[in-house]
Amino acid sequence: MNFLDYLIANRADVLAKTVEHLFLVGTSVGIAVFIGIPTGILLTRREALRKPIIGFVNVIQTIPSLAIFGFLIPVPLIGGIGARTAIVALSAYALLPIVRNTYEGIRGIDPAVRESGVAMGMTDAQLLREVEFPLALGVIVGGVRLATVIGIGIATIAAAIGAGGLGVFIFQGISMVNNQVILAGAIPAALLALTADAGLGLLERRYSRWRRA
Amino acid sequence: MKTEAPRTAAVEFDGTFLRLGRRDVLRGVSFHVSSGETAVILGRSGAGKSSALRLVNRLLEPTAGTVRVGGRPTTEWEPIALRRRTGYVIQRIGLFPHRTVAANVALVPRLLGWERERQERRTAELLELVGLPPAEYAGRYPAELSGGQQQRVGVARALAADPPILLADEPFGALDPITRRELQVEFRRLATQLGKAVLFVTHDVREARRLGDRIILLAEGKVAFAGSPAEFGESRHPAVVAFRPEDEL
Repeated sequence: MNFLDYLIANRADVLAKTVEHLFLVGTSVGIAVFIGIPTGILLTRREALRKPIIGFVNVIQTIPSLAIFGFLIPVPLIGGIGARTAIVALSAYALLPIVRNTYEGIRGIDPAVRESGVAMGMTDAQLLREVEFPLALGVIVGGVRLATVIGIGIATIAAAIGAGGLGVFIFQGISMVNNQVILAGAIPAALLALTADAGLGLLERRYSRWRRA
Repeated sequence: MKTEAPRTAAVEFDGTFLRLGRRDVLRGVSFHVSSGETAVILGRSGAGKSSALRLVNRLLEPTAGTVRVGGRPTTEWEPIALRRRTGYVIQRIGLFPHRTVAANVALVPRLLGWERERQERRTAELLELVGLPPAEYAGRYPAELSGGQQQRVGVARALAADPPILLADEPFGALDPITRRELQVEFRRLATQLGKAVLFVTHDVREARRLGDRIILLAEGKVAFAGSPAEFGESRHPAVVAFRPEDEL
């Protein structure tokens, strides 16, 4: 039985796992955006927080993902077996590119533009909303794109703690020493990653359009 | 040389000291600029010219002494309100790259909550004034303009809400000599016509003599000379003489 036959025979299951996978990644990237963008903005306002916070999200990134899933299992409220734990871990992973790109995106704006805004009498909120955020948005979306692509890969490992998703096929395939089953998880995951990369790349370019104007 | 500031002084430095980090940038500077007058602040790089401008719109605050705008110390002004009535043009222009020319010009009127129609009328008027026909330029983006055109927009933006004070920090310093000359002539015309108090910073003696009703020479944190361009030409003050030969070459 070749891979395609396997895929067709199990299409309902593959589809269900793909939806689970998307849910894991979508939710966790959503949470990371919700926390990461305000954090990145805060860092541009409170330079003293930059080192500790960027350092912290950096450290999270260095913990092997399988270990992080393992560490979280015994933690009350956010831990346990299942999707919730996986979402917590995936959100933590997604933070670094989002926080860093938000910070760098805003810091990278021509200082003369910011100075003009301030000197024309814009309040900090106006400067942020009308100048800094729109000009940094392309870079910020770039961070979300990176977080998403990485997240799709890491989410396959979440199957190890019972979170579901396409990783289920991969772990099954490994234990059965069956490459068709591994591919049934790996190929849809790779396609998801490519699609997300292309889609968000489009968005990124759209929000960076002013650079070429 | 010390004269009483007339009641109409739009901007007045009064024994102003400014310390930035470990450097004494201004060490007791006093001068005033009246409405309708263009004062050129001349000095070498690092003489504190730009810092002096930034004291006027309260991007900086004096360490000691006072800077008064409209008779009131800048520290008593609400900074946002002060800045909205103070035009500011800088060498690196700083237009918003994601906004059209019209939106850039209309910035302060919009912040002040003018009605849209009034904003549009004013924007068109200003673009006309700085030599950029609105029909052609209003909808363009800054990146689609030459450096000289961008700075014209910068000047229009600074004048948009008709501020009584205009600060210009080497606005033409990055332009080619021909464009620069062209803009100097037009700037002079505008300054005379609009009756604003203009503080214009430059290190270019020729520009100073061309544009200024008065030249204020800063050296080592102090006013080394203050007087008309004609007086500047005749002064034997060493700081003035040091600046001048360049001009005679």
